[in-house]
Amino acid sequence: MSQGLPVTFSTVREGYFNPPPATRSLRRTEPLTRMEFADGHLGWLVTGYSAARAVLADARFSARGELKHPPVPRAATLDEAPAAPPGMFIQHDDPEHQRYRKLLVGQFTVRRMRLLTEWIEKITAERLDEMERLGSPADLFEHFALPIPSLVICELLGVPYADRATFQHHTHVWSSFGESTEDVTAAFLELGAYLGGLVRLKRTEPADDIISGLITADPDLTDEELTSIAFLLLVAGHETTANQLALGTFALLEHPEQLAALRADPSLIEGAVEESLRFLSIVHHGPTRAALEDVEVEGTLIREGEVVMVSLAAANRDPERFPDPESFDVTRRAAGHLGFGHGIHQCLGQQLARIELRVGFTALLERFPQLRLACPPEEIRLRHDMQVYGVYALPVAW
Amino acid sequence: MRDGPLRVGVDRRLCCGAGMCALLAPEVFDQCDEGFVVLLDPAPPAAAHAAVREAADQCPCSAITLHSAG
Ligand code: HEM
Ligand code: SF4
Repeated sequence: MSQGLPVTFSTVREGYFNPPPATRSLRRTEPLTRMEFADGHLGWLVTGYSAARAVLADARFSARGELKHPPVPRAATLDEAPAAPPGMFIQHDDPEHQRYRKLLVGQFTVRRMRLLTEWIEKITAERLDEMERLGSPADLFEHFALPIPSLVICELLGVPYADRATFQHHTHVWSSFGESTEDVTAAFLELGAYLGGLVRLKRTEPADDIISGLITADPDLTDEELTSIAFLLLVAGHETTANQLALGTFALLEHPEQLAALRADPSLIEGAVEESLRFLSIVHHGPTRAALEDVEVEGTLIREGEVVMVSLAAANRDPERFPDPESFDVTRRAAGHLGFGHGIHQCLGQQLARIELRVGFTALLERFPQLRLACPPEEIRLRHDMQVYGVYALPVAW
Repeated sequence: MRDGPLRVGVDRRLCCGAGMCALLAPEVFDQCDEGFVVLLDPAPPAAAHAAVREAADQCPCSAITLHSAG
């Protein structure tokens, strides 16, 4: 265990893709380190792969929001972290968490998601047509990476895509570290109110979508619960994949030999998707968990009440698990990475995300054999200050 | 050991429906309509062992158990 000063965590990466330099030396020597949280709480930072898995798989570590401390500073400050509302199951422990998750897993199975492939290919092709209409150069984030997962999750949930300006804006404000308390709270409430209205509409006019399906599957679910579930799926379902698509494209363009390998053998795509999830680890601060009792992890005692932040980005570069971890290598076996987390909260939408990414990268490279950045890489604005890492825009030419 | 028979068990109460098993070893694991694991082959052939071991390792909820039989 560390005898030195506690570290603080920064979401600022080294270069465009590498986890903060401080985590690199730590994960070699100290898989668990004392960390000072943004509010002064003395907790822990986990940078080792096996320790990360151990924490995330252990029910003695709670995901409840009201027990946690913020790992990085935000402009918006709340006196106390609020308890997650019923239905916001990413912040519940079992059995509450399980009650909601089990209603949903059937919607996201490997098989069901594969049935969506053709439809996702069609949406993707339409976005590429649109980019061609706009002409080179164009912003890949705005015209490709963001619309694809937004269209997909809207259709699955039954949220009108025409309302995207509203929910994309609220999601953006809500996940930005720089926005004020008033703005973050307002975004949260407005998105909740919007989705609440939608839930009430689905009760009277059900359609073939997840929200309507939940109403039928469990008539006991309240409007509040349904609204929170819709909130979680909508937010988790579009920002993440959008950033992964754009940042993944950026990474391929900055590693021309990897791009060439993938172009030469498109069957590498599944491995390339896993590698891009490992290498980029866009969920870049957290998940965090609070110890419900004293727990020993790999010889280190975590006291009841202490909060642990798991750096997925660092764990995914652990040399004990991934040989030559700093290199981006689309031919490596990256399976087993923690980009989707681990344990009972492991990403519900991961099989959907995998297909969106596979289809997205494949179609993009096929359509534009000359794809390249339309500006020097240093000019690309990076989302250091957002809950999910990525780029604000990716100007490309073809 | 590695090449001997392998017995696979699943605990559906632990399964959180992440689908890693069905993705990695589809000839041995499937998911039911509700999303939870279905064991297709409790004694998979040697050719599938590597994939099954990987699925057991990656299952986020430790719902898959392996026994080297024999
Ligand atoms: C590349 C894309 C994605 C990445 C990197 C990602 C990453 C993650 C991670 C790391 C977690 C675990 C959080 C924790 O342990 O606290 C998570 C949970 C979750 N994700 Fe994703 N995600 C992606 C796409 C999606 C999509 C497309 C959906 C759409 C439905 C989704 C829905 C969820 C939900 C509902 C949870 C909470 C699960 C639970 O608490 O049981 N995600 N995701
Ligand atoms: S990998 Fe584990 S949790 Fe996921 S479906 Fe299979 S058995 Fe269930």
